[in-house]
Amino acid sequence: MTNKTKDHASMPVNLEIVSPERLLLAQPVEMVVIPASEGDMGVLEGHAPAIVMLRGGIIALYENDRVTDQMYVAGGFAEITPERCTVLANEVLAPTDLSREEGERRLAAAEEALAQVEASDVAAEEMALERVQSARALVEAVDTLLTGGGR
Amino acid sequence: MPSLKDLRVRINSVKSTQKITSAMKMVAASKLRRAQAQAEAARPYAERMERMLRALAASVSDMPNAPPLLAGTGKDQTWLLVPVTADRGLAGAFNANIGRHTRTLARRLEAEGKTVKILPVGRKGRDYLRRELASRITGDISYAGKRRLEFADAGEVSERITAMLNAGEIDGCILIYNRFRSVISQIVTEQQLIPAPPPPEGEGIELGGATYEFEPDEETILARLLPQALAVQVFRALLESAAGEHGARMTAMDNATRNAGDMIKRLTLNYNRARQANITKELIEIISGAEAV
Repeated sequence: MTNKTKDHASMPVNLEIVSPERLLLAQPVEMVVIPASEGDMGVLEGHAPAIVMLRGGIIALYENDRVTDQMYVAGGFAEITPERCTVLANEVLAPTDLSREEGERRLAAAEEALAQVEASDVAAEEMALERVQSARALVEAVDTLLTGGGR
Repeated sequence: MPSLKDLRVRINSVKSTQKITSAMKMVAASKLRRAQAQAEAARPYAERMERMLRALAASVSDMPNAPPLLAGTGKDQTWLLVPVTADRGLAGAFNANIGRHTRTLARRLEAEGKTVKILPVGRKGRDYLRRELASRITGDISYAGKRRLEFADAGEVSERITAMLNAGEIDGCILIYNRFRSVISQIVTEQQLIPAPPPPEGEGIELGGATYEFEPDEETILARLLPQALAVQVFRALLESAAGEHGARMTAMDNATRNAGDMIKRLTLNYNRARQANITKELIEIISGAEAV
C-alpha cells in the first residue's frame, strides 16, 4: 500500500476488471483493494508498477473512503501502473450472483480433489490448495457480502 | 417424359427442401451474430493478457531454465496437431478444409521424419481424420450440444496439451482452425502454440522507464500465466471457428436455397408444358372425333 497525501487522493485510478469472456467493468475509482496472493493490496493513483497474482477473495471499490462496490474473484492476475489497475480475473461474481450452496459445493469438490492429489506431486498439490482457498473465499464472501456486510 | 403426377411430387419435395435450407440460413445468421459478439467480447482479456506476458517475458528473458510452455522441450521430434472443426456438417467446405490441411501438414511432418499426434476438437474433424490418420489420434474433444462456448471448454483443451507436454509426450503443438474473415470467407490458419513464437518486435510496452515489481516472483507468475495464456489462445481459436462455422453455413444454405429456387422454376416450366401438351392432345382427339362423324 502506498501512502498518499490528500492532493493525490482526488486523482482516480482507472480500474478495469476483465474476465476471459468479456470486459466486466472499466471505471475510474479513488481506491481499489485487491486480494493479492500475499495479502490484500490497496491501489491508489501513483502506485508503483507491479504485476501480482490474485487469490480468491473480494475486490472492493472505494470512493470518498467508503466502499461503493464489491465483488468476488476466483483468482487471476493484476497489472498495476501509476495510472491504471487491470484485473484479469478467472471468474467474477457480483454479490447478486453469489450463493452459499454453490460455494459449499465447490469447496467440497476442491477438498476432494486435494485429497486425491499424490503427495509427491508438488505442483498439483499447490494447484489443488489454491482451488480450496478460492472456494473457501467464496463461502466467506457469501457471509460478508450477503448477510449484514456489504455496502 | 415424366408424368404430371411425378412432376408435382418432385416440385413439392424441392419446395420443402428449400424451406429447410432457408430456415437453416436464418438460424445460422442469428447464431453468427451471437458468435461474433462473443468473439468481440473476449478480445479485451486476450489483449491485456498479451501485454502482461510481454512485460514478464522482458524481465525474465535471460532465464536459464525457461518453462517448456514458452520454450518447448528443446527437441522438435513429436508434434501435436489440434485441428478445430465444427460438430455439424452442411457448412460447405468448412470442415473439409481443416481436415485436408491437417492431413497435408501431418504428411509433411512425417516425411521429415517427425512423429505426429492429433487431438481433434469437434466431431467432424475427428470423423474425417479417422479415415486415414486413425493411428495418430490421441483422443478427441467435442462440444456437441453446447449452446454457448465457455472459457472452461478452452481450458480443457489447453490442460490436455499441457499434460502431454509435461509428460514428455510431445515437443511442440500446432493449432489449426478457420479464422473468420467475413461471412463468405474463412481462412484456414495454422498457429504454433508451443514453443511460443517470439512476440512481434516494434511495439514495446510503455513502462514509462519503470520496471514492474512482481508478487510473489516472476517465475511463479510466469508459470501460472503461461497455461492461462495458452487457454486464451485456444479460446480465441474456438470462438473464431464458431463464428466461421455459422458464416460458412449461412453461405452454403443461401446457395442451396437459391439452387432450389432455380430447380423449382425449371420443374414448373416442365410441368406446365406437359399440362399444355395434355390439353392439346385432348382437343385434337375431340376435334378429330367430331370430324369423323
